[in-house]
Amino acid sequence: MALSSMRGLSVFISDVRNCPNKEQERLRVDKELGNIRTRFKNEKGLTPYEKKKYVWKMLYIYMLGYDVDFGHMEAVSLISAPKYPEKQVGYIVTSCLLNENHDFLRLAINTVRNDIIGRNETFQCLALTMVGNIGGREFAESLAADVQKLLISSSYRPLVRKKAALCLLRLYRKNPDVVNIDGWADRMAQLLDERDLGVLTSSMSLLVALVSNNHEAYWSCLPKCVRVLERLARNQDIPQEYTYYGIPSPWLQVKTMRALQYFPTIEDPNTRRSLFEVLQRILMGTDVVKNVNKNNAAHAVLFEALALVMHLDAEKEMMSQCVALLGKFISVREPNIRYLGLENMTRMLMVAEVQDIIKRHQAQIITSLKDPDISIRRRALDLLYGMCDVSNAKDIVEELLQYLSTADFAMREELSLKAAILAEKFAPDLSWYVDVILQLIDKAGDFVSDDIWFRVVQFVTNNEDLQPYAAAKAREYLDKPAIHETMVKVSSYLLGEFSHLLARRPGSSPKEIFNIIHEKLPTVSTSTIPILLSTYAKILMHTQPPDPELQNQIWAIFNKYESCIDAEIQQRAVEYFALSRKGAALMDILAEMPKFPERQSALIKKAEDAEIDTAEQSAIKLRAQQQTSNALVVTDQCYANGPSPIVPAVGPLTLVKVPSMSGSEEHTAVDQALTQSNGTLTKVDSQPPSDLLGDLLGPLAIEGPPGAAVQSEHSAVTEVEGAPSAVDVAAIVPVGEQTNSVQPIGNINERFNALCLKDSGVLYEDPYIQIGIKAEWQAQHGRLVLFLGNKNTSPLDSVQALILPPAHLKMELSLVPEIIPPRAQVQCPLEVLNLHPSRDVAVLDFSYKFGTNMVNVKLRLPAVLNKFLQPMPVSAEEFFPQWRSLSGPPLKLQEVVRGVRPLPLEEMANLFNSFRLMICPGLDPNPNNLVASATFYSESTRAMLCLIRIETDPADRTQLRMTVASGDPALTFELKEFIKEQLVSIPTAPRGPTTAPPAPPVVQPTSPAMALTDPGAMLAGLL
Amino acid sequence: MIHFVLLISRQGKVRLTKWYSPYSQKERSKVIRELSGIVINRGPKLCNFVEWKGLKVVYRRYAGLYFCMCIDEDDNELEGLDIIHHYVEILDRYFGSVCELDLIFNFHKAYYILDEIVIAGELQESSKRTVIRLMSAHDSLVEMAKEQASSISNMIAQVTK
Repeated sequence: MALSSMRGLSVFISDVRNCPNKEQERLRVDKELGNIRTRFKNEKGLTPYEKKKYVWKMLYIYMLGYDVDFGHMEAVSLISAPKYPEKQVGYIVTSCLLNENHDFLRLAINTVRNDIIGRNETFQCLALTMVGNIGGREFAESLAADVQKLLISSSYRPLVRKKAALCLLRLYRKNPDVVNIDGWADRMAQLLDERDLGVLTSSMSLLVALVSNNHEAYWSCLPKCVRVLERLARNQDIPQEYTYYGIPSPWLQVKTMRALQYFPTIEDPNTRRSLFEVLQRILMGTDVVKNVNKNNAAHAVLFEALALVMHLDAEKEMMSQCVALLGKFISVREPNIRYLGLENMTRMLMVAEVQDIIKRHQAQIITSLKDPDISIRRRALDLLYGMCDVSNAKDIVEELLQYLSTADFAMREELSLKAAILAEKFAPDLSWYVDVILQLIDKAGDFVSDDIWFRVVQFVTNNEDLQPYAAAKAREYLDKPAIHETMVKVSSYLLGEFSHLLARRPGSSPKEIFNIIHEKLPTVSTSTIPILLSTYAKILMHTQPPDPELQNQIWAIFNKYESCIDAEIQQRAVEYFALSRKGAALMDILAEMPKFPERQSALIKKAEDAEIDTAEQSAIKLRAQQQTSNALVVTDQCYANGPSPIVPAVGPLTLVKVPSMSGSEEHTAVDQALTQSNGTLTKVDSQPPSDLLGDLLGPLAIEGPPGAAVQSEHSAVTEVEGAPSAVDVAAIVPVGEQTNSVQPIGNINERFNALCLKDSGVLYEDPYIQIGIKAEWQAQHGRLVLFLGNKNTSPLDSVQALILPPAHLKMELSLVPEIIPPRAQVQCPLEVLNLHPSRDVAVLDFSYKFGTNMVNVKLRLPAVLNKFLQPMPVSAEEFFPQWRSLSGPPLKLQEVVRGVRPLPLEEMANLFNSFRLMICPGLDPNPNNLVASATFYSESTRAMLCLIRIETDPADRTQLRMTVASGDPALTFELKEFIKEQLVSIPTAPRGPTTAPPAPPVVQPTSPAMALTDPGAMLAGLL
Repeated sequence: MIHFVLLISRQGKVRLTKWYSPYSQKERSKVIRELSGIVINRGPKLCNFVEWKGLKVVYRRYAGLYFCMCIDEDDNELEGLDIIHHYVEILDRYFGSVCELDLIFNFHKAYYILDEIVIAGELQESSKRTVIRLMSAHDSLVEMAKEQASSISNMIAQVTK
């Protein structure tokens, strides 16, 4: 037996194992670490064998969970050892200790490359394995071509090639450009003819990654995948060693079927038929057997086949067969199969025609909700949630409520949120909805977020028929001995508004209502007291004729809180006290709340957002997005605020046009399609703010008909009254102009313009927040980091950042925390990918709340055309042939531009350089002309050279002739328009042209003057 | 893809960790702490899957050792479970009825074998025979180097250096 040949290592491991306790172990480990450290320090006396031994010890200590913060260098240096045993240890330990971001790895790139291109097969394998496991972007750039060669050359043995395939997969994940070479798709297709199943398995993994990103290029692989699958399913030409429990490589079968799911359809009828034959065979021929391993392998294949059948839109008969199978699975004893049955049934819900068949299994699924395994319970919950509709909502929601009392804590939050959403979406009548939510608060108050009770209040306020019922229910709950604080909030709010509707019922006189609510006051926290005070004021107003005793009681309470330390409570107490002495005017001031504008439920929106966030490019999810939502939000209400402002849900792809960009009338076909599917453009911004807090807590304080005398007393009032009208006009509010009461510091436009020229700076600032930006651009990729700095000593909450990208940019914003703690700065990375040339600008829709101020700003993001340019010096020999070959429109466009802001030629050259258009002096013999060049990067154009020539007239500097040329008509046009815009209305950058440094060779000069506005320094000052 | 592989004993001792996605040192310790708690405390007759932070952990217990593998949420769970068992069978064949002690004292071999089975978080080789063959080739290479190092000529070279 190959026991360890390193005695020192074995002794050390034994020592550690024999330590009686953790302390002894730590002592032993520390001693060893000290020993290794000294040995490494005088490296001279270290034999390769010893070095190897110590590096292994380090790895062992590291695995035990101790910090090993030295010796990484020694591990990496072993990689360049000449002999196999040392080299091998170097490679393996390095790939365990370090991750791709580690600096030391860079040192090894050269050695690794030499091993990969060298003649020694074992070294090649070691190097490929390490790069495949921890290779990062830099490895991708310097090694991809070599790895490709190994993969496609038949002169290397399978053992090298299968490693090369997976190594390339890793590099592709780090930088998708590595396969952007001519003919790669054909090579890939050839690889699928491979006889060696090891190479084929690895290549199939690579293919899955490639097609998941872009199936278009790989159509030729589709029939080959089907052939591979046939070969496996029929067990043709499969060596014995590649069958696993009698099943021909289940892994390869799964991967092949996974790859097929990324192709939208299979058009060729023959291929389709063969595939369905294979699938049918898998579906029919799999049984639950005794041997657990055989079972696992067979079902791995079966479940993948089910997913593929679903994806292929098979005939209803086959689909029903699948559901029948799944129905069988969810009741078997084997827990894995139960779990997967439920999971796949949830996926099956996407197929409209089988939804009814799935419903037949409802009872069994509800049983699974009580399964001993939480993983299975979660799946059952998800499935119930997904299959719920109007027909079964009552049953399912009641089942969930019942389960809530016994469910484990880990699931309660999700459970209550789901119950609340289902109740709202599918309520057969609204009183049932109110019942459900109140029960929910009663049973799991800790897990019911504010959004949920805000929503109830909104429904009740907007539905007169519902008000007496809701008030009566709230009254009932107050009789219970110990109720959750959220229940106190919602019931006192409802009773404040509507208890007068109960006046004639027993136990519901104003006085009784007041008493029962006031009993709760000592038990609640400060956030609830303001709501109670409002309720008291409302009760007082509804008590007609006035009851002097009750009045005195309530006044005494107001008096008591007049000196409360909490500003909100104090203010309400003072104001209510003053108001309640106004006699008849009180009736107007404290009248019932007006109806809320109808809006999408914040809950449903939250749930949808979460789904979008997690949606990756999986076949199943891509499919899910194509399905239309069957949500039936209850909307049968009348509106107090004018005609019903039903707004279509704004999808993440909404087109945003920025008014200040003139002349961009032509949209691409995609744009137009988007516009049509989303309704008219102007509706985009008309979505009312989804934050209910602003509506509910704000107006609670004082509410009166518009124009009431108190308006000027309270700043919140004007804001509240302004809200509905602001919503109505929001559609035409141009970007940058806000109706916020908080004024920005500095000019937003100037800040934006400055950021178009540099990569870091402040995007926005007001008294509460500063938003800084730092950007890195590389070819068509960009990475922006938003720095959200809270300038206050109290937190900013309800922070929301939404990116509205134009059609040509793919943008992904990482999660923005809802709350920014006092004086804290959070960083939110934003990934940008430029798809094709366009001057449209992305917008950041940013909002937050500070105290009662809701601030919402729409800010243009400096991900503009010139960021995707790279200055490119060209010589005369390169320039002129290019210039000539691009002859005339649409590749070369010329225009005489008038109304140019006059600029000396040198400054114009500076301006061009600052847009990353590199001025190439000496190419044009006329000293009044400028020639510039740059490379533009986007997905559609790839790297594309752009050439520009400007002919100025020394006699009239307000006009010039401009010629722009590139290999892409859209690029030429967009670039020409872009330059024109810059020349006509030159942005007033913070540094005036006069202070600009002379002709910076590359972009982004850091002049000392800029240090003052350096965001890093400013933001650092905040912390 | 597989994000990481963990071997944890029933007492929570780590026997092997392999990370295919970039996790920092801190994150690694946190993941190990959280997951070993979850996995070890699961009862015996439950399914082999745990949903965890938008990912899935597929695990299986062999005697006192838990083999855990973290995969993407929509990956095929059973395929992952098959990889675990495939690995265990190869360990078993290589060590000859493997036990936890083998993996403790020969943890480096466990790493070699894993590297022959999984690269970049994807299965590389599904033939047990091929893996075993490659392992014995490695072993003989190491043996050969050792013999060379101890041969007389080499010793002389060492002395005269």
